[in-house]
Amino acid sequence: MQDENARRVISVIVVNEASVLSRITDLFSGRGYNITSLTVAPIPDSKYSRLTIVTSGSIRVIEQITKQLHKLIPVLRVYEHADLVEKEMALMKFPISENITEIATLCAAYNGKIVNVGDNVIIAMVADEPKRVDNFLKIINKYNPKEIVRSGAVALER
Amino acid sequence: MQISGAQIVIEALIAEGVDTVFGYPGGAIMNVYDEIYKQDNFKHILTRHEQAAVHAAEGYSKASGKVGVAMITSGPGFTNAVTGLADAYMDSIPLVVISGQVPMSLIGTDAFQEIDAVGISRSCTKHNYLVTDAKDLARVLKEAFYIASSGRPGPVHVDIPKDVTAQLADFDYSIELDLETYKPHTKGNPRQIKKAMEAIAKARRPIFYLGGGIINSNAAYEVRELVKKTGIPAVETFMARGVLSHDDELLISMLGMHGSYAANMAMSETDLVIGLGARFDDRVTGKLSEFAKNAGVIHVDIDPASISKLVVADYPIVGDVKNVVNEMIELSSAINPAKYASWRETIRNFDELHPLTYHEDTDRLKPQWVIERVGELLGDSANISTDVGQHQMWTAQFYPFSRPRQFISSGGLGTMGFGFPAAMGVKVASPEKTSINFTGDGSILMNCQELMTAVEKKLPVINIILNNNYLGMVRQWQTLFYDKRHSETDLSVQPDFVKLSEAFGGIGYRVTTKEEFDAALKDAVEKNIVAFIDVVVERLENVMPMVPAGGSLFNMMLLEKKESK
Repeated sequence: MQDENARRVISVIVVNEASVLSRITDLFSGRGYNITSLTVAPIPDSKYSRLTIVTSGSIRVIEQITKQLHKLIPVLRVYEHADLVEKEMALMKFPISENITEIATLCAAYNGKIVNVGDNVIIAMVADEPKRVDNFLKIINKYNPKEIVRSGAVALER
Repeated sequence: MQISGAQIVIEALIAEGVDTVFGYPGGAIMNVYDEIYKQDNFKHILTRHEQAAVHAAEGYSKASGKVGVAMITSGPGFTNAVTGLADAYMDSIPLVVISGQVPMSLIGTDAFQEIDAVGISRSCTKHNYLVTDAKDLARVLKEAFYIASSGRPGPVHVDIPKDVTAQLADFDYSIELDLETYKPHTKGNPRQIKKAMEAIAKARRPIFYLGGGIINSNAAYEVRELVKKTGIPAVETFMARGVLSHDDELLISMLGMHGSYAANMAMSETDLVIGLGARFDDRVTGKLSEFAKNAGVIHVDIDPASISKLVVADYPIVGDVKNVVNEMIELSSAINPAKYASWRETIRNFDELHPLTYHEDTDRLKPQWVIERVGELLGDSANISTDVGQHQMWTAQFYPFSRPRQFISSGGLGTMGFGFPAAMGVKVASPEKTSINFTGDGSILMNCQELMTAVEKKLPVINIILNNNYLGMVRQWQTLFYDKRHSETDLSVQPDFVKLSEAFGGIGYRVTTKEEFDAALKDAVEKNIVAFIDVVVERLENVMPMVPAGGSLFNMMLLEKKESK
């Protein structure tokens, strides 16, 4: 298949109940599927949560993942996104000695800003498409980031 | 009035119409066992091992079509039961398995007999619950029975901490279930069914590929009608034995690794596979890229995840096989059975070329003869369970099955030790039939403690041990694929099976000739006590034909041609 290991984004709506996240992750590990990133949070004013899972595989593998997810009892809906808006956040910590103006300017170009300045460190954030976050993280390497944390992607269908 | 969690369990089982619970008590489940002691609405069968309790519940369920119920304690009680859960999961058997758990206050403290039971059962059950409040118990049990028996059936595990069984709560079983996220799709899409029927009408060499889902959905008699009306030949999977009667002219045989030559060749030459409740398992398809290579595929299954998982379906139909087959029957007048006469002839020729048979060319009894002989003597009057190995394949090949739910075996998981306890459950569900367990000298030792249960509860299972002093199936692979290095498969050292059975109060026979076998079987049926018939059979007999693992169905190792029988 041409896109043997293409990146895919799947959203899963699940009932908020004990061990529901384990059911999802067990399914991935038990059947040998990968999870690149996973985010989960309750859907406001409902008994459901929404997971966004970034994974990879051929169309058939993804179809199987989707069906297997749907088979889990607490799963309400599974979307495999084709046309979507996707965002990911990242937080970075820089030494205070780095050029704060340049960092702030760069962050601004990626929907971000400086969010905290302490005695020793600067903390900055960006929120953008995962690919652009990749790029950003490459660029800021020269400012010697001490720590980087990424949130994993969240997505909505257009 | 409020009642205890333990009483709620009992009331729920009664409300579900449960007549038998298989189980084994222990610390964490004692409150429930105390209530079992006080009631006489259902009987409890004490097995001698928790694994056997679950297998017995499986046998009961497979023979009756009802949900099987097993009860065990926490920790080792539960872990012993896991093999049974996994077995039921693989073969889609509806079970509710209730386990005790340490009290809520001790969960997570590595308490005595504590194990994360739901963590372990998650991957081998259809669903599971840890009940943390007695007020949830009635709803959870009602859901458990519903989930186990609806859609694609399967085992549901309910783990109940000891303090929850002591807690008081209201009991109301009339609650409406609100399972917004679980709605099995049972009615096939009519347009898809119509398209599938058109494809069948156009096909020149179609074939029915019948699976165990037909038995789960109680659709065997509808399938018999559809096969008859269309005149299209059929192959059965291992799990589907008995869907068609052995004497049905349109039944070719079983297909797959040890399927008949005709069945596998027909599957290789067909131009349209009509899969009904079958899941294209690797033991059935052989090399996937060569499986039914030039054929279109109709796939009817209640589980959408089974469709196009391994073989892409051209006509996917999600629904209960029974509903779909009924609709197919309605549309079947467009199909002319005469059209397939030459195709049927082709298949008959395959079968004549390499029939499913064996040679009686040794002094020792042939295991296949024993199975055929039981078929001749007991036929429809027996339910047939098996353990796992060569004897299991020979049973599937040579027993004349005539009805669904007659054949009970561990197909997906291949669990040695399944047969004897399952046959006890079968006997409970179907006391009017003789309950036979074909087993091997390897398998029988994996749950032979159940002799005690069978004696105590008067469950006269007849265990026919096809004794070749080998772990036969592994030995066969070693002979064929490991240059005859029979590593750890020689079982020459073994117990006296007659004395073993007698030690528990059962009866035993050791048999080396046909006459002795007939006499032993007759005596065992008449005595109506659990029995071991230890049959000395040819040591190096192989199950044939055989598709080597990963090979193509049309590339079979065949029985050497000789003067037959």
